[in-house]
Amino acid sequence: MPTSLAPVSIDELRDIAKRVRKHIVTMVYQAQSGHPGGSLSSVELGVSLFWNHLRCDPANPSWPDRDRFILSKGHATPFYYSVLAERGYFSPELLSGFRTLGSPLQGHPSMSAAPGIEMSGGSLGQGLSFAIGQALAGRLDGRDYRCWVLMGDGELNEGQVWEAAMAVPHFDLGDRIIALVDRNGIQNDGFADNIMKTHPVEMWTGFGWRVLECDGHDMAAVDQALSEAEKPHERPRVVVAHTVKGKGVSFMENNPGFHGKAPTKEQLEQALAQIEGGLS
Amino acid sequence: MTPAPASAATREAYPFALIELVEQGVDVVAIDADLSVSTMGYQFGEKYPERWLSVGVAEQNMVGIAAGFAAAGKTAFIASFAAFLPGRCFDQLRTSVAQPRGGLNVKCVASHGGITVGEDGMSAQAIEDLALVTSLIPFDVVVPADFESARQAIVAVGKTARPSYVRTGRPKVAGIYDASYRFELGKANLLRPGTDVTLIACGIMVGVALQAAELLASEGISARVLDMATIKPLDREAVLAAARETGAIVTAEEHQT
Repeated sequence: MPTSLAPVSIDELRDIAKRVRKHIVTMVYQAQSGHPGGSLSSVELGVSLFWNHLRCDPANPSWPDRDRFILSKGHATPFYYSVLAERGYFSPELLSGFRTLGSPLQGHPSMSAAPGIEMSGGSLGQGLSFAIGQALAGRLDGRDYRCWVLMGDGELNEGQVWEAAMAVPHFDLGDRIIALVDRNGIQNDGFADNIMKTHPVEMWTGFGWRVLECDGHDMAAVDQALSEAEKPHERPRVVVAHTVKGKGVSFMENNPGFHGKAPTKEQLEQALAQIEGGLS
Repeated sequence: MTPAPASAATREAYPFALIELVEQGVDVVAIDADLSVSTMGYQFGEKYPERWLSVGVAEQNMVGIAAGFAAAGKTAFIASFAAFLPGRCFDQLRTSVAQPRGGLNVKCVASHGGITVGEDGMSAQAIEDLALVTSLIPFDVVVPADFESARQAIVAVGKTARPSYVRTGRPKVAGIYDASYRFELGKANLLRPGTDVTLIACGIMVGVALQAAELLASEGISARVLDMATIKPLDREAVLAAARETGAIVTAEEHQT
């Protein structure tokens, strides 16, 4: 059974990330709606994961032993669908239908609507619980797959996250679940520190997790953090990736206005040029 | 476990039904949220500890875990009080259970439904649960009248691939059915023929409707009694026939309108 690729070099991962970013801004421009900011901040996490860590077979998306990637921050569909398309789950041509009537690529993910979509999302805070059920089922069935759950930092406001965070160590699921937090510091209404201040490192540590921090846009650092998270440890692992909302596009970076807003035609062209050139 | 007495609470049927499903080869897991001594889920846990777990006082997490189990192929039961399931976790039932793939295989069995938990006060009296769960498109919703019908109803929903909600109650109620009864999901059961009026009831109101029919008979009124245990999907034919044949319908349920 095909599983993962041979390790992909950091340079190659960066090239893939560039393509994913271009898809993101183009999809949101075409749909004239969607969530570019929190999509651009998750790119390195997703690319490192899908190419170097997730045990998967895009040609066989219901393979029972596959690792599950669960997008809990369900609004980041431009990121999610772009990664799935680049990884080979479906044709990148599908991306142009994003958010249109009849397309499987809804604004928030609908489970099984397209290959690779593991869970319906959009109402925040539900992914980690879903992963616990999948992981416990895997244990019952003698399968060793992992569940990788990507959350936003604004999402950590939801109480259900902490019900689940408590339960993962309680059920000793550290080798079956790895949590990822995209710590971009901005949520729907503005800067997270103003809306509802959270302390992810202290909170996860307090709930019994091992916290691994990294620069979420340094591909090598992300890749290394995910490798570290895979290593056995007495505590379950959460990677808190420090990121920049809107990363790679100057006028979207650290701008709450682009949490859920589409660029104009001129902005799209500027964004594509900056992504290609590598905004410093 | 000993068989239930003739007078038993519908909630007491839950572990019997789960054990029956496992013995019939259904891949059941069951989750409780720190009320297993009341939902009776603990009795299933004693028999099949590897198939049962408690998540603590965390109904939202319970629903999400059940959805994950179902996505991995399990028949996932969850139990709590009807005030909390669906009251505390309606969004999770909607997003994580009802919407994915047209409905994941999650079975809610909510005890302490209705006003018959009176002395616990207003917050414990679930009189909104059926309105909430009947709004979830793929859900089957069943309110059984006694122990035997509750046992059979839970087994019946356990054999479908759809999500469902079975409401049980706290108080002991007189038995209406014996083991010869055959519960059929989606079908009303004619308990008493009649020609002047039809009483349609579910849950504990079925026994009350039978008593009412008896009183009416003493006044020369012939009342038909239908046990509408499955309120979704509704047995429309039985309702239409009752309207045509008896000309009047009175409904009785332990719930607000």
